[in-house]
Amino acid sequence: MANIPHDATNTAPPAELGEMELYHPKSWWTKYVFSQDAKIIAIQYAVTALAIGFVALVLSWLIRLQLGFPNTFTFIDAERYYQFITMHGMIMVVYLLTALFLGGFGNYLIPLMVGARDMVFPYANMLSYWIYLLAVLVLVASFFVPGGPTGAGWTLYPPQAITSGTPGDEGGIILMLVSLILFIIGFTMGGLNYTVTVLQARTRGMTLMRMPLTVWGIFVATIMALLAFPALFVAAVMMLFDKLLGTSFFMPTLVEFGEQLSYGGGSPILFQHLFWFFGHPEVYIVALPAFGIVSDLISTHARRNIFGYRMMVWAIVIIGALSFVVWAHHMYVSGMHPYFGFWFATTTLIIAVPTAIKVYNWVLTLWRADIHFTTPMLFALGFIVTFVNGGLSGLFLGNVVVDVPLSDTMFVVAHFHMVMGIAPILVIYGAIYHWYPKVTGRMLSEALGKFHFWVTFVGAYLIFFPMHYVGLMGAPRRYFETSDIMVLPDSAITLNAFMSIAAFVVGFAQMVFIFNVVWSLKNGKEAGGNPWRATTLEWQTPKTPPEHGNWGKELPIVYRWAYDYSVPGAPEDFVPQNQPAAATQGAPS
Amino acid sequence: MSAILIFLTVLALGAGWWLSRQGLTVKPWLQVDHAGTVADPGPSRHSPAQLGLGLFLAVVGSLFALLISAYIIRAEAGDWRGFPLPWIVWANTLTLLAASLALEWARSAAQRGALAVARTGVIAGSGAALLFVTGQLVAWASLTESGYDISSGPAGSFFYLMTAAHGLHVVGGIFALGRTLGHIRRADQDNLGWQERKEQAGLVRISVDLAATYWLFMLFVWVVLLLVLSGWAGAFLALCGQILSGSGLT
Amino acid sequence: MLVALMMVLVVVGSIVFHFLSPWWFPPLASNWGYIDDTTVLTFAITGAVFAAVVLFMAYCLYRFRHKEGNKATYEPENRRLEVWLISLTTGGVIAMLAPGLFVWAQFISVPDDAMEVEVIGQQWLWNYRLPGEDGRLGAADNRFVTFDNPLGISPHDPAGQDDLVVIGSDLYLPVDRPIRFALRSVDVLHNFYVPEFRAKMDMIPGSSTYFWATPTKVGTYEILCAELCGVGHSYMRGIVHVVTQEEYDDWLVLQRTFAEF
Ligand code: HEM
Ligand SMILES: [Cu+2]
Ligand SMILES: [Cu+2]
Repeated sequence: MANIPHDATNTAPPAELGEMELYHPKSWWTKYVFSQDAKIIAIQYAVTALAIGFVALVLSWLIRLQLGFPNTFTFIDAERYYQFITMHGMIMVVYLLTALFLGGFGNYLIPLMVGARDMVFPYANMLSYWIYLLAVLVLVASFFVPGGPTGAGWTLYPPQAITSGTPGDEGGIILMLVSLILFIIGFTMGGLNYTVTVLQARTRGMTLMRMPLTVWGIFVATIMALLAFPALFVAAVMMLFDKLLGTSFFMPTLVEFGEQLSYGGGSPILFQHLFWFFGHPEVYIVALPAFGIVSDLISTHARRNIFGYRMMVWAIVIIGALSFVVWAHHMYVSGMHPYFGFWFATTTLIIAVPTAIKVYNWVLTLWRADIHFTTPMLFALGFIVTFVNGGLSGLFLGNVVVDVPLSDTMFVVAHFHMVMGIAPILVIYGAIYHWYPKVTGRMLSEALGKFHFWVTFVGAYLIFFPMHYVGLMGAPRRYFETSDIMVLPDSAITLNAFMSIAAFVVGFAQMVFIFNVVWSLKNGKEAGGNPWRATTLEWQTPKTPPEHGNWGKELPIVYRWAYDYSVPGAPEDFVPQNQPAAATQGAPS
Repeated sequence: MSAILIFLTVLALGAGWWLSRQGLTVKPWLQVDHAGTVADPGPSRHSPAQLGLGLFLAVVGSLFALLISAYIIRAEAGDWRGFPLPWIVWANTLTLLAASLALEWARSAAQRGALAVARTGVIAGSGAALLFVTGQLVAWASLTESGYDISSGPAGSFFYLMTAAHGLHVVGGIFALGRTLGHIRRADQDNLGWQERKEQAGLVRISVDLAATYWLFMLFVWVVLLLVLSGWAGAFLALCGQILSGSGLT
Repeated sequence: MLVALMMVLVVVGSIVFHFLSPWWFPPLASNWGYIDDTTVLTFAITGAVFAAVVLFMAYCLYRFRHKEGNKATYEPENRRLEVWLISLTTGGVIAMLAPGLFVWAQFISVPDDAMEVEVIGQQWLWNYRLPGEDGRLGAADNRFVTFDNPLGISPHDPAGQDDLVVIGSDLYLPVDRPIRFALRSVDVLHNFYVPEFRAKMDMIPGSSTYFWATPTKVGTYEILCAELCGVGHSYMRGIVHVVTQEEYDDWLVLQRTFAEF
């Protein structure tokens, strides 16, 4: 609340805005760098997230080099390996996916899709980005401190996260915790913005049930993040206290390499509870925006209304609420009270039901549709396959006793890459191909896009599907050296090499994507205002790319829901949300 | 994790009640409006800033609920030893209460448009809040002196952690009060036109209203923390703890 | 077209891979066949769902691909269909969850006649402690850990004096005896995992955890640490020999007690 803007008295957005009142940035700096325009902030978020994500991608190659060809690349020692997987995992989950979905897509799409001129607190919004950038820089700095970044695994479990047997236990872990704390502060500023904008800045006629599912997904995910991130915040602060001030929140009496440390009495399990109280909702913080976006992609490119819109909305809300009571399914073999297993296995499998409904409805949207195989559509379809695959392997890990042999093995790694690695990434790509024309006014190359899709989708499936079986055979995760495990046959080594090669090929395809994005900026086909012939408001802006203030003089008025595709009797196969009912025809129903 | 679950349940009930009135069961595809029939919903009851503050307090609330959860889990381990709170924290409660009362007074004054009174209220509130922070620092000093420093044991560690978290929020609130005073000063200039004056008074009203809400919440959090830390809530918590660990939720 | 074909290939390829590849659980060597059964059941149900969803999607993609003049059907929802799908899904979930919870109940109830073996993790090797003649393990705490007492056995507890202490060498277990593995750690988290036994559990400094299993097959197995415990994590291996009772007894007499240590 230190950031209440000066026009805080504006309670409802006025339908009309005099030319004078539009806030105009004064200089190049305030227009493009310290901008308070949600669209610019969105691009800043997206570029930063993709850049740091690229680092995580390179780290994944290094991980795969070691796993596929052990003892060949001697510059990767065990210490480095653990630093690589830790930074890879943390960057991917927090600094790429969370930041991109909420900070990137949330900023760009929420105001446009609900018909607002901007976020309600533009100044806090700008601050949110700069704090995020600072968090990223602190994270990057940890690569350069003595001892390097932390190698504690992205879960940062104590006691090992801050004891000397783990790489980066001095500078690395401290910078990691500080970076997370900054990220959470920055996110909270953005998150309050997204939520209040959805609640209060919707244009006339935009009832909640007329909102596109993209907005629903981002909205609910944001609320979840606002309530879940404090758990990580608390855990990070307490661990910093343990490391720097000598408290023992998480540190029991322990002896490291023959030396009694001065800690005593703390509980490592307490950290795990706090971490996963954030960590599980985090999975859905990433998944719900993806759910929303993919619903809109499928509906638009299949020219058919999303099937079961109401169920889709309810499912998003129910999943959001339930995901706060399943966290300990990550702790079945942590030594917590064994009775917890009954409760958490049950809640976890209950979530499968609303999630399955969403999948059915995506697929049923394709029934009797008119499917255009555009690049965004291909990515959306790829998402369904990987998400279903990963969701189903989640039933193994959620069902407590099946999890016992599988937990902490490569099966888990395969599962979460399918469901929260590859699946959301495919949605992000689909969304970029879909909205790039709105952001830049030009289309991305379809030919390169299709190449990018096929290599990424098939390649990723080839990396992660066989990986389940490596875990089934007993290979633990976070193993620097798996080739000499007794239970693994020699053929598993070949399999590992195969997965690594697939990973390099997939990585190469991402370069094609980067090229496409840069090249099309100048050379892409002119897009026009609504190249996909879509119904939602962002495609109805007077200018493309939309100007500051989005709507020119008058805000759009919404007359219908977001999914009027192929309405019987309508002249075209889509009716924009801001088009009133025809005077003679009446409502289509 | 009982405290945070209880807190979130309360939030969820509120959210559920609100959602139940948003027409989530209508079939939106059946509702197509004609041009000119979409009503302007009119200004909503709360300003974005008020709603934003409400959400922010929910976030802060979950932060403290999590700290309390951690405290409870830790306190249930066998080796827990409490320690006597310094008497000054009880006195500090009074200064925080005074700050909150002063701001309530300022709130009602701002509502009436009595700017001078509102200013007095805000200044008094800031003063009391500063006194509170000083008092908390004195509490830390006296504790450290008597051997209970931050690493002296779990109860001490939690005491410092929780009072520090609360104290930082209070300090942030004092800065916000400075902004409120700025608003009042601007609204109170003589050379304002009628329209401008009205606008400025509106800003003051909202600003003071936000401040009063925030401080009320800080007072509430402090009282809860005090009950937990002093062990007064202990008997009650032990009871809950037994029930909950029986059902496997702590 | 291509997409539909690829989707079919994904399904067929995955199923073929599942059945034809040599990669599967290592042969079971404990009583936890139920875990394998539940896993196979889960594979069957989820595999069927995966195939059904993706094949249905492939059919739609082929059948309803855009052709000139096509128009999609306008059908916002279908209550009956949705209710059916919800019920079927709920049924499938129950079919997996019920046996799962049933087996979990067994997993957490240690038989009364189980023999106690304590495993103590340490960066990065495995130590063990077995009850001595009194049949009980003495108290232990990380506070007591010294160079001469690496497992932190309480010097004040007479029950601990005759405990057998095995430092960093192989563990022997008698075949067909239920064993309660009591787990401790002197430094950081570890996890005791023998793939052939299926069971595993974290080891936490400052407290004691457990699981139980009955080794059912004579043989030599590798112990893997399954919780990241620092740079040496992947080298934290041990060997467990499951042997006949006679061989076990022979091994036991060779071990030193805490008092002798
Ligand atoms: C082609 C892309 C990717 C490849 C080849 C890849 C590869 C890997 C591998 C091999 C590991 C585990 C190594 C081990 O446990 O020893 C790993 C860990 C991980 N990856 Fe990825 N990954 C990719 C993309 C992603 C994405 C998009 C995410 C986003 C969620 C992600 C999240 C994680 C996480 C959270 C871990 C766990 C780190 C830990 O154990 O602490 N990865 N990755
Ligand atoms: Cu989870
Ligand atoms: Cu380990």
